[in-house]
Amino acid sequence: MDALVNKRIKKVLKGDQNAFAEIVELYQHQLYQICYRMLNNKHEAEDIAQEAFMRAYVNLHTFDQQRKFSTWLYRIATNLCIDRIRKKKPDYHLDAEVRGTEGLDMYSSIASDDQLPEEELMRMEVQERVQYEISRLPDKYRAAIVLKYIEELPLAEISEILDLPLGTVKTRIHRGREALRKQLSNL
Amino acid sequence: MNTCPENIIQYMDDYLDGDINAADEAVLKAHLESCIDCRKQYHELTKTIAFVQSASHIQAPADFVQKTMQRLPKQSQRGGVQRWFRKNPILTAAALFCILMSAALFTNFNDDQQFAFTKQENLVVEGETVVVPEGQVVTGDITVRNGDIRVEGELRGDVTIVNGKYMASSGVITGEIEEIDRAFEWLWYQIKSGVKEAATIFSGSEDTEE
Repeated sequence: MDALVNKRIKKVLKGDQNAFAEIVELYQHQLYQICYRMLNNKHEAEDIAQEAFMRAYVNLHTFDQQRKFSTWLYRIATNLCIDRIRKKKPDYHLDAEVRGTEGLDMYSSIASDDQLPEEELMRMEVQERVQYEISRLPDKYRAAIVLKYIEELPLAEISEILDLPLGTVKTRIHRGREALRKQLSNL
Repeated sequence: MNTCPENIIQYMDDYLDGDINAADEAVLKAHLESCIDCRKQYHELTKTIAFVQSASHIQAPADFVQKTMQRLPKQSQRGGVQRWFRKNPILTAAALFCILMSAALFTNFNDDQQFAFTKQENLVVEGETVVVPEGQVVTGDITVRNGDIRVEGELRGDVTIVNGKYMASSGVITGEIEEIDRAFEWLWYQIKSGVKEAATIFSGSEDTEE
């Protein structure tokens, strides 16, 4: 697989843009899946996954072909996802009154984002519910859990993708796992 | 579970990570046999993992590859040039140097399209013509750019005219007259005066030493 990918990479570096389409073909589903699980939104997942491929293409000359291409690609994608998640978080003062509304502050407008009511949770299909609970994890745990349990990557690779020491990756997986256990306890 | 040894949680995590040695595993198993709370915790965790893993593997939309390719910058040709630059860093540096040097020299020439002259006492300016008035004495060298010079009085020094004319008149000039018109002459003049300046500095420093 790696030899095959490296061959394509060499072609792309020589100016053959079509060879990159084959690379996209190979990794599209995994990359899209990571983005979808991280962002919990199909449009955003598509946008970020495409952005990740685009950045990989533009920076392909910086990729060290001794290493694993998927690790490098996933790293670009997870960084983009984490950036996107952080941008979505309101960074203004929550108790500032929203313009044009009387007495409404930011708390009231984000309250719905926090947690769905019990009866709505109960109506969800299991898979939908799992996706929802993953998306409620703090982003650091979310990335680790997605890579470990959905992509089923080895810990060493996750540590390389997230650029974190192995111990930290383990801790995040343990905490994420424990948080999910609590969130899913009524399932 | 609060009464259970600390390391059991650790072993459980290691076990779930698939990263546990046989001895620890045996300890964990023995403990799970005897402790209901830990067994419950263990089952819930495995159930959680199973749920997460059961999240169906979703696929990218059908037109994903096509859309991604459309988003790539169209740069096959520019890419070629960039690659050439990356492969030949020394040639690139040399080329860049040449470009910047010539650009600097020519901008220098072009920047000086405006009328300018060396300020000396008693000089009079009429439009774009510098005049040494009748009966006056001007001491020092004069450089006029993009303008003319007319000497009616006396000038004790050299005259350099760039893109302009020396208009003959009744005046007296004790130095040399030089007219520079074209870019290459301008270049040559720049080099010459650069060398002269360096020589002056050199001899100047010698003077101070003496």
